[in-house]
Order: sequence, then structure tokens, then C-alpha cells
Amino acid sequence: MPKKPKIPGLLKGLGVTFGTFVDTVTDGAQTVQYPHEKETPPIRARGVIALHEGNCTACMLCSRSCPDWCIYIEGHKQLAPPRRAGGKPRQVNHLDRFDIDYALCMYCGICVEVCPFDALFWSPEYEYSEPKIADLLHDKDKLGEWMETVPEAPDLEAGAGK
Amino acid sequence: MVQFAIEIPYWGQSLLRVVGGLVAVLLPAGGIVYLFLFKMMSFMQSRLGPMEAGPYGSLQLVAEVGKWMQKEDLAPERADVPIYKIAPLIVLLSTFLLIVVVPFGPDAYFTDFETGIFYAMAVGSVSVLGILIAGWSSANKYSLLGGLRAAGQLIAYELPMVLATLGVVIQAGSMNLNQIVVAQNDGEIFGFGGLGNPFIITQFVGFLIFMIAVQAELTQVPFDMPIAESELVSGYMTEYSGFRFLIFFIAEFATAGVFAFIASILFLGGWGIPFDWFGWDGADLGTVDNWMNVAGPIIMATKMFILVAIIMWVRFSYPRFREDQLQTFAWKFLIPLSLANIAATAILKVSF
Repeated sequence: MPKKPKIPGLLKGLGVTFGTFVDTVTDGAQTVQYPHEKETPPIRARGVIALHEGNCTACMLCSRSCPDWCIYIEGHKQLAPPRRAGGKPRQVNHLDRFDIDYALCMYCGICVEVCPFDALFWSPEYEYSEPKIADLLHDKDKLGEWMETVPEAPDLEAGAGK
Repeated sequence: MVQFAIEIPYWGQSLLRVVGGLVAVLLPAGGIVYLFLFKMMSFMQSRLGPMEAGPYGSLQLVAEVGKWMQKEDLAPERADVPIYKIAPLIVLLSTFLLIVVVPFGPDAYFTDFETGIFYAMAVGSVSVLGILIAGWSSANKYSLLGGLRAAGQLIAYELPMVLATLGVVIQAGSMNLNQIVVAQNDGEIFGFGGLGNPFIITQFVGFLIFMIAVQAELTQVPFDMPIAESELVSGYMTEYSGFRFLIFFIAEFATAGVFAFIASILFLGGWGIPFDWFGWDGADLGTVDNWMNVAGPIIMATKMFILVAIIMWVRFSYPRFREDQLQTFAWKFLIPLSLANIAATAILKVSF
């Protein structure tokens, strides 16, 4: 292999910046002009946490495991009609309030991990900034709306047990 | 001074000169900031830079100036307020004093000093004073450190700059900037006069030394110890806000433009084109056609932008010198080299 002539590092450095300059002028920049064009976030991006209200049993596990204490849950016990005719009415937890304060949330995802009933999901949606910080407190209706943006779970790997 | 067909009263001439000076300082400064600081820097980092204000962000500077103008003009509690407030003006003043001697054409200049280059080198150092008192009066340790570093650096690099111009002065045989331009465009290199004799060829070492010294004088990046933002917040500019910060900012880039003007006069032939092409006589500036007074500024601006492009290119490419490396480089390398350059130039000048 022929020995390459040695270029001083100072000139090489100038070459790198000039090369990037030419690339940007000819092929465009690596960045996108955000509000006009958007990059799709990866499917597992941690954008916002969505709540599937029907699955929630107000068990408080997420609230207790939250490092920032940013999940507020209130519920009460009530009687539900029996499953079979002639049975006793069941006692169930009813969810009255489920708020996540995104001004506090640090997107650790522990609540999603810890939920035993698959009621919390990550959604890649990220455009929910607010002019007022109090509006970052998403109630359960708003958290429920985020469910529409939750992507389908990817298929399991071949051979993975259910 | 340009001879007009109608007689202009003295106040009119003064007004014209003031407006001309403002244009000659602020227009290049704005152009430099937009073309190089906003756009070239962004492209070199593979991004687009400002794109929203005006077509391709060309009005971004107007937006920035508007933003700075409406900010509060703060002074720290323990600052020496009158001095603190006047410091940026002194820095900008040296830029305006510099443009005074720059000739843009055979008759298009503000003043025509016999020792123009001497004057330019002298008032170029006035900005050190402004920077030093800005650092001192801010009552802030970062500002003080920045100001002291700036003073040490600017004095250290003033020397190679002066010594590099000495080579040009020896070769041109004059300290008058217009005569230096004439000497380059009228001269010949070993009998070949088709290109004139731009001193960048015969004084290449001097050109390199001068450009390095200019880079340091402007505190552009490899030499930006005084405003090293990772160590000193923003050096001597730390406490300034609003309009006074804007003045520092303008001064930085306007001085870049003016020093590039001076470098293009000293080494690239200034406003001139080789006089041989049109049969002008270098000994008598009156023989130079009048349209050079219009073409001259354009030629000068082109050369200035090329030189500033190089300054900015270096700025965006290199990391910062350490303080001791910076001083060692000036005192142990550049100054001996420029002294050797002067000696060689003098010997060659006498022997040829």
C-alpha cells in the first residue's frame, strides 16, 4: 500500500469544516426545520404516558413507585353486579381521579413498568407543551386521549414465550 | 478628497464623511455577521442557521439588534458605573478611528496621513484600553480575568503585527497606505509586471504573521482566551447587557472587517488593479481613471470578505490555545520570525 503523504493536522482540520460546508450546501443539512418538517420519533420513544382507564384498578402501585410523586390517584370502593346470576355483588375499585403532572414527571417509565394490569403505555407523542405550567397536569380524560397515539406493540421475537 | 462638480460646504463634507464612515464600518460588520457567523458557521456544522426572519434568515440581524435594543442596560451594584458605561464605546471608537485611514480608491479616503499605517497600528491598540477598563470596572472576577488576559494577549500580538507590516513598509518604501497600494499595483516581480506585485507573494511570511496576529487581536477562536466561555462565562463582556453588549458585538466584527481592509491593502493590492492594464502611471495618482473611486470600494470589499472568510474559517475549525501556549507562540515564535522577515526583506531590498 502506498504511503499516504502526511497532511498537517491544522490543514486537515480546515478540510473537515470545509467538507461539511460543501456537503451542507449541496446535500442539505443534517438538521430539520422543526415546525415545518418533523422527524418521526422512534416507536418506543418516551413522549407521553397514556392511560387505558378500563384496565386501571386504582391499586396505587404507579403512584407509590413514582420517584417524583407526580401521579395523583383517587378512587372509591363500590359494588358491581355479580358475575353469575344468584351470586353476591362484587366489590371493585372505581377510579375517580388519575392525574399525571408532566411538570414534575421525569419520564423514567417506572409507572409503566410497575403497572400489573397494563393500564399505562408509552406514546411517542411529544408536542404537548403549555403556556401555563398548571396545564401540564393531565387528567384521566386527557391521558385517555393519548391512548389513540400509542403504537401497536411490536411482535414478539421468534421463540419468546408468552 | 473627492472633487465634486458642485461645491459642498464644510458641514456637508463632514456629514458625508460621518455617513461614509458609518457605512464603511457597519455594513461590512453586518455582512460578516450574517454571511459568516450565521450562515458559514452553520453550514460548517451541518445545520442551516437562521431561516425564519426574512428570506434565508437575512433579516435575523435586524431582529437581534431589535432584541438587544429593548433590553435593560444593567450595571452591577459595585461597578464603577461611568467607566463601566463608557468602555464599549472606547472599543468601538478604535474601529472608527481605524477606518479613517483606509483608502477605498485613488481619491476615496477619509484622510490621507503620510504615516497612515503607523496611525492604524497605534489606534488599533486603543481597543485594549476599552477592554481592560471594561474588565476592571465590572466588579466581577470573570470580567477582570478576561480583561487581564485580553490585555496580555493584545499587547503580545500587537508586536508581530507591527513587525509584519514593517516588511511591507520596507518593500513599498512608504508608510502611506495609498502609496503602499500604488507600490503593489505598479510594481513588478523580477521584471514581470502583468500582475503588479501584490505583497502576499513577496511578503508571504509577513502575510501569515499578520493574519495570525489579526486573529489574536480580534480574539477569534484559536486565540479567544479573553472570552473563553467555558472558563470565564464571557470574559470582559460578562456583565454587559442590552445595547452595550451590542456595541461590543458590533466592535468585534467591525474590527474584523477593518483589519481585513488593512490586510488587503498591505498584502493584496488594496483598491487597485495592476496599473499596467490601463496604462496608468503609479508616480502620479491623477492619471488613475476616476471610475476607480467607484470600483475601488467594491474590489476592497471583495478582498475584505475573502480575508474575513479565512479568519472565520479558522475560527470555526480550531480549538482554543492555552494561555501559556498563546504567549509562547507570540513571544518565542512569531516575533523572532517577523524579525527575521524584516532582516531578510531589508537585505533583499538593498541588494536588488
